[in-house]
Amino acid sequence: MYETHVGSPRNRVDGRKKVTGTAPYAAEFTAPDLAQGYVVNSAIAKGRITAIDTKDALAVPGVIQVFTHQNRPRTAWRSTAYQDEVAPPGKPFRPLYDERIHYSGQPIALVVAEDFEIARYAASLVRVSYEAEQHQTDLTKVREQAYTPKYRTSMGPPSPRGDAEAAFGRSPVKVEGSYRIAVEHHNPMEPHASTVVWEGDGKITVHDKIQGCQNTQRYIRQVFGLSASDVHVISPYVGGAFGSGLRPQYQLFLAVMAALELKRSVRVVLTRDQMFTFTYRPDGLQEVAMAANEDGALQAIRHDLIGNTSTFEDYTEQTVGWSGMTYHCENYKGTYKVAQLDTYTPGDMRAPGAPTGLFPSESAVDELCHKLGMDPLKFRLKNYNQVDEATGKPFTSKELRAALQLGAERFGWSKRNHKPRSMKEGNELIGWGMAVGMWEAAMQKTAARAVLTIDGKLEVASASADIGTGTYTIMAQIAADALGLPIEKVTALLGDSSLPSAPVEGGSWGAASTGTAVELACHAVREKLFGYARGINDSPLGAAGVNEVQFREGRIALISDPSRFVTIQDAMVAGGVDRIEAEETASPSKITMLKYSSYAHSAAFVEVRVDEELGVVRVTRVVQAIAAGRILNPKTARSQILGGTVFGIGMALHEESMADHNLGRFMNHNIAEYHIPVNADVPNIDVIFVDEHDDLTSPIGVKGLGEIGICASPAAIANAVFHATGKRIRELPITIDKILGTKEAA
Amino acid sequence: MADLELKTRQGFAPDAGHESGASALPDEIPITLTVNGRRQELHVRPWTTLLDLLREDMSLYGTKKGCDHGQCGACTVLIDGQRMNSCLALAVTKDGSEITTIEGLASPDGTLHPLQEAFIEHDAFQCGYCTPGQICSGVALLREGHAKTAEEIREHMSGNLCRCGAYTNIVDAIESVMAKETAK
Repeated sequence: MYETHVGSPRNRVDGRKKVTGTAPYAAEFTAPDLAQGYVVNSAIAKGRITAIDTKDALAVPGVIQVFTHQNRPRTAWRSTAYQDEVAPPGKPFRPLYDERIHYSGQPIALVVAEDFEIARYAASLVRVSYEAEQHQTDLTKVREQAYTPKYRTSMGPPSPRGDAEAAFGRSPVKVEGSYRIAVEHHNPMEPHASTVVWEGDGKITVHDKIQGCQNTQRYIRQVFGLSASDVHVISPYVGGAFGSGLRPQYQLFLAVMAALELKRSVRVVLTRDQMFTFTYRPDGLQEVAMAANEDGALQAIRHDLIGNTSTFEDYTEQTVGWSGMTYHCENYKGTYKVAQLDTYTPGDMRAPGAPTGLFPSESAVDELCHKLGMDPLKFRLKNYNQVDEATGKPFTSKELRAALQLGAERFGWSKRNHKPRSMKEGNELIGWGMAVGMWEAAMQKTAARAVLTIDGKLEVASASADIGTGTYTIMAQIAADALGLPIEKVTALLGDSSLPSAPVEGGSWGAASTGTAVELACHAVREKLFGYARGINDSPLGAAGVNEVQFREGRIALISDPSRFVTIQDAMVAGGVDRIEAEETASPSKITMLKYSSYAHSAAFVEVRVDEELGVVRVTRVVQAIAAGRILNPKTARSQILGGTVFGIGMALHEESMADHNLGRFMNHNIAEYHIPVNADVPNIDVIFVDEHDDLTSPIGVKGLGEIGICASPAAIANAVFHATGKRIRELPITIDKILGTKEAA
Repeated sequence: MADLELKTRQGFAPDAGHESGASALPDEIPITLTVNGRRQELHVRPWTTLLDLLREDMSLYGTKKGCDHGQCGACTVLIDGQRMNSCLALAVTKDGSEITTIEGLASPDGTLHPLQEAFIEHDAFQCGYCTPGQICSGVALLREGHAKTAEEIREHMSGNLCRCGAYTNIVDAIESVMAKETAK
């Protein structure tokens, strides 16, 4: 039987490069005479630099220049020039702009030297004097100053419906709680880096760690006043980003500035410490209240958040909306305010706002079920909705019910004794918890090009990114199927600003957007090819239309009689061409956007074991059932869910950027003290993809998988901890001190 | 952070005001390393780590820098057959050693090491940045022979962080090679 590439498990097409160490990341491009930059960061959180002495640094042999606010070259003076494709409202931070310090760790100087060690050493000799001002980095201290911000598009709280207050008041069973999740830093394994190659004559080639090479290109053009032809960005491999590479970060500005000024190639790589000196998942003080009738029918939801932002931009994310969308509930109200802190602007981190909002709301559901004496699975099936009640629009598809049922079955949920502390083995209490998750299924305008050559090779290209998501591979799969070629004959290109336009890769829209664009471009090539095949004298295809033929194994054959065919080569020869090229742009359907809501859904089931004397929590089993439309590649798709789940384990149990508010600085700025899950923390994770047909979200039926894996997992883990211990812990991560210091719920 | 760096550096960095002055760089020291089977005479300053030497001087960028502090394992290479964080090894202290990096694991004809194959087959990576370190670590683990079960593999592979969360697939990949070796 003929097996299509799409829908079949396929190894990554970039796999060989990655396992042999030959895939080049941003800091691994080189150039003759490459200089190395090392960043000096501010030691205070707020104030001004009164003096900066670079004499000793400059005296070190091999030091080329030390850039500070005092000698930096002129760049655009309007802050709008620094606004990148995904900048939130406000005035972006401008590195080395003036003597003002806005946050601890702000870059204040760049030492450029002949080699890395010299630059690093000289950076230690830069003497800085400050005039410190009183800073504020503690969100709890500025609650009262919280204000309604200018929301990013679709990041505001949804409109209230019904009367949540009144319904809460009259309902018989209710829960209320305050929740908080520690600030997290993205910490991709690859530190942020930019290598800027001086090409002469004012032209540069830039290798940047970025989720969208054209975002980098645009930023450089705007800030440094260059034309598109002067700036070529090539970033084929990104060593993880999870949102930290959506916006150009400060090492890019510094590297480009130095290269243009010195007329020389420059590389700037951030240290792991410096990875804590820019964006992060924001802090938030959340209040969630829910009420139900005795029969478990949900009556009221209130969800309020005060999040933090910086003093220069208003960062918001969709956090309080999820609680109002997961279930049928006639009375909902959510609010979202922000308060300013003397920190860098928070940013999108894997599923921004979703696990953040779902941890409290799915904890509240669990708490409500406990009060009701109801199976949390039954509660979720009882309050199931098919309409996005925030907008009144139906979902394009929602197979969460099947996900809940299949996930529960695989996990063995029916064997659960719903009483907390009902399972114990040796010293360990065992708990089973569940939660549901949602993430928006989006598509963005994206272009792609396909080029078929007479040797039977096909190249597809888009300025998209593959941050580990598998974009290269799904591009190749889609293209191979469209023209019926072996996948080895297909080359996928991305991460190059000269390729057809694509937005940043984020929001889980990559596969739907780039995938559709590739398919459109390949179909356009196919049409032309088919025309040539039909044009052959006495064509074996007769008068067949394009829908009556199949493209398989390098042949165009009649579906009704595959023995009648024309090879690709013969068709091209007949057409007198040796290459066929097409570029197409895919856009989201306006009708779908107008009439429907589109989301991926998940149901997570988790087992934890808690040693109550030691306070240690271990996740021992996870089942994730996912409804996310069509699965292009079950192998790489599963990996996306594994990764999201591991991120969820991190949020639930490990990750915490700890600020010392006296210094106004994150103190555990390294990955020995900022804990991310290690291999021993991660158990077997069972991933189920539920059948879900959806041709409204995107033409290729894809909803996206990058974020849905994290959405439900932190809440499911916290609920499992409650089931194990009877302790409702409302602050993540659930660390030893919290297990030991929390009383059992009544 | 700049001020913290300063403190850690005062021990060995020449003082700014000294006669020899900040302007004196430490002398280069001759060493011999055999890297991926090739013996090389090198002159390195004592402050250069093996990791930076491999990447910046020998263009062996397959070995990754993730933290520079021995916390993440991305820089894992085999030094005289043992897995080590190359960021924690000053190059001069490895004079005379044999180093194998990810670039040296496949056969000269391009045939991949069985663990490299297994990583591809089990999708044991996503972004690929921790992968060379994971594979070097896994190759050594297989040789060490003290991990027999999935749980033991997890434990002994916990010095190599993977932010993409490919851990379970990494364990599967190592187990599959282990099973084949045992069957031999």
